Amino acid sequence: MEGYLNISHTRVRYGENEILKGIDLSVRKGEFVALLGSSGCGKTTLLRTVAGFNTPTEGTISIGGRDVTRQPPDKRGMALVFQSYALWPHMTVDQNIGYGLKLRRVEREAARQRIDEMKALLGLQALGHRKPAELSGGQRQRVALGRALAINPDILLLDEPLSNLDARIRLTVRHEISALQRRLGITAVHVTHDREEAMVMADRIVIMNGGEIAQAGTPQEVYNQPNSDFVAAFMGAENIVEIDIEVSGSSIGISEGRNNRKAVIDRGDRPLVSGPAIARFRSETVRMTAAADAASGAHRDGLVLTGQVAQVSYPGGLWRHVVHLGDTSLIVDAAARFEEGASVDITVPDTALYIFPRP
Amino acid sequence: MKTTMIDLKWIPRALGLGLLAFAIFGPLTNLVLWAVAEKWYFPHALPLQYGFSYWVSVFSPRGNATTSLTMSVLIACLTVIFSIGLAVPAGYALARLKLPFRGAILLVLLIPQAFPNLPVYVNIARLFYQLGLNGTVVGVVLVHVTHGLVYAVWIATAAFSAIDRELEEAARSMGASAFKTFCDVTLPIAAPGLLASAIFVFLESLDEFTGTYFVGAPDISTLPLLLYTAGSGGNYQIASITALILLVPSIAFMIVIERFLKADVLSKVGR
Repeated sequence: MEGYLNISHTRVRYGENEILKGIDLSVRKGEFVALLGSSGCGKTTLLRTVAGFNTPTEGTISIGGRDVTRQPPDKRGMALVFQSYALWPHMTVDQNIGYGLKLRRVEREAARQRIDEMKALLGLQALGHRKPAELSGGQRQRVALGRALAINPDILLLDEPLSNLDARIRLTVRHEISALQRRLGITAVHVTHDREEAMVMADRIVIMNGGEIAQAGTPQEVYNQPNSDFVAAFMGAENIVEIDIEVSGSSIGISEGRNNRKAVIDRGDRPLVSGPAIARFRSETVRMTAAADAASGAHRDGLVLTGQVAQVSYPGGLWRHVVHLGDTSLIVDAAARFEEGASVDITVPDTALYIFPRP
Repeated sequence: MKTTMIDLKWIPRALGLGLLAFAIFGPLTNLVLWAVAEKWYFPHALPLQYGFSYWVSVFSPRGNATTSLTMSVLIACLTVIFSIGLAVPAGYALARLKLPFRGAILLVLLIPQAFPNLPVYVNIARLFYQLGLNGTVVGVVLVHVTHGLVYAVWIATAAFSAIDRELEEAARSMGASAFKTFCDVTLPIAAPGLLASAIFVFLESLDEFTGTYFVGAPDISTLPLLLYTAGSGGNYQIASITALILLVPSIAFMIVIERFLKADVLSKVGR
């Protein structure tokens, strides 16, 4: 756990509410970490604590071995890009970008060069003399980024910098920012509630829930091996069915239920015990076929669910079906269209199935 | 028949507008006429002779107007410096810090305004007499500050409240100390609001009569005191000219307010 930015046992409270309940996180130099979670999970509080705007009641924050827990924000060598951009309305683009340089008493000519460099990097060349009020949302966002990058911060902190942009611009800016971060080799911590944004931009994703870290890992890890029901649901495995499992050796037996056939799947490295469980899977990972007669013996190619199509729609690419399984309903995407009322078998492959003990 | 009915509808509206215009511009016209009248007496509706001889005498070295004007401006400037000097830190604290009794503090500032002026100033005059402040510039400035501080603090608080905290945090994050942030970000953004409150205090001080009369007269003579003396002495020309001089800063103030004071600042006054 020896990183560049180290957050250990950090707790933060606002009045009676404890917002962060003991966070341990370490970020390597040059790494891009995304803090992902829904609103109120504490991700912004964590970022602001790292930036120095919140003081932890417990725990320490250190950068490169230097304890900064009690240091004011201006002594931490970080730059924070705000969700609102927080550009100073009385300064021009040049003055906004150059403010950090002015504070560091960079020579006028050197500062001039650095500002031009930043503007060239972000495509703001023609806008140097404009005030923030005369810029579009995307341009403001780039000025905010330029202002933060101009001072060569040790750590770049990004607080949902893309959430105020149009959906289409957002897609390109995602790639621009992560390409820039890789090129400049900056250590970055990015807060977002957008799963795809975190997946695309980050080297490592930290999923937060209720002031704690639910799971941290590469995008592939958190997507394919969610360690909890919460993470699986947050990463898009919204379909949920209740099953009963029996763990034996290297396999898991799923007993026949009202809506599923008997099946045996590989245990893999799932840390499970026999008993009631829930299974989660993504809409697009399943195979849907017309209902067949129950074959004798257990299915070995995954969990087979039986249901009836209640609704069909076409969002593009695949057909989206709402399938009723008794009183629960699933959303299943398939290449072929099944009519409303059709009885179907849904086969969830072993690898796409996330099983957790039922609470 | 119908057409004449419609044609006559403009009459009450025109009468109303005419009365309104007369109510607004009538006294002003009278003022301007008196300022340039050499001879004007009953029953003539207009002055008999026009000229600027009273202006010459008002601004002549022997006339009191120049000294009164200088004194008025001096007192107003000192009042502004003193009030804004207090209002900037006070307003910032009221806007930004979690002060207990914040509402109560804002209300306490209103107290000098809440009571009738005369008893307050008579008591101040008695108090200042004991302290030897009667008839001094400092005494008059202090009286004006108690008056102007309300507007100064209220408007300054509103101006600072209207600034998004993240603008200050962004400066801190860039490496600016708290004081540097205040000078580079907070103060320039609040400047239009502070300017407006400064002008307001300046005008209040320029117009102030009662307090100046009790604390300053007869040693300190400001324009309103001169106006009062001239008016009660029946010298309408001098009174009108003084009044016109007093009108200039008010109009300048309206223009500044119109240009610089934004709705988002005004909406936070008193909150």
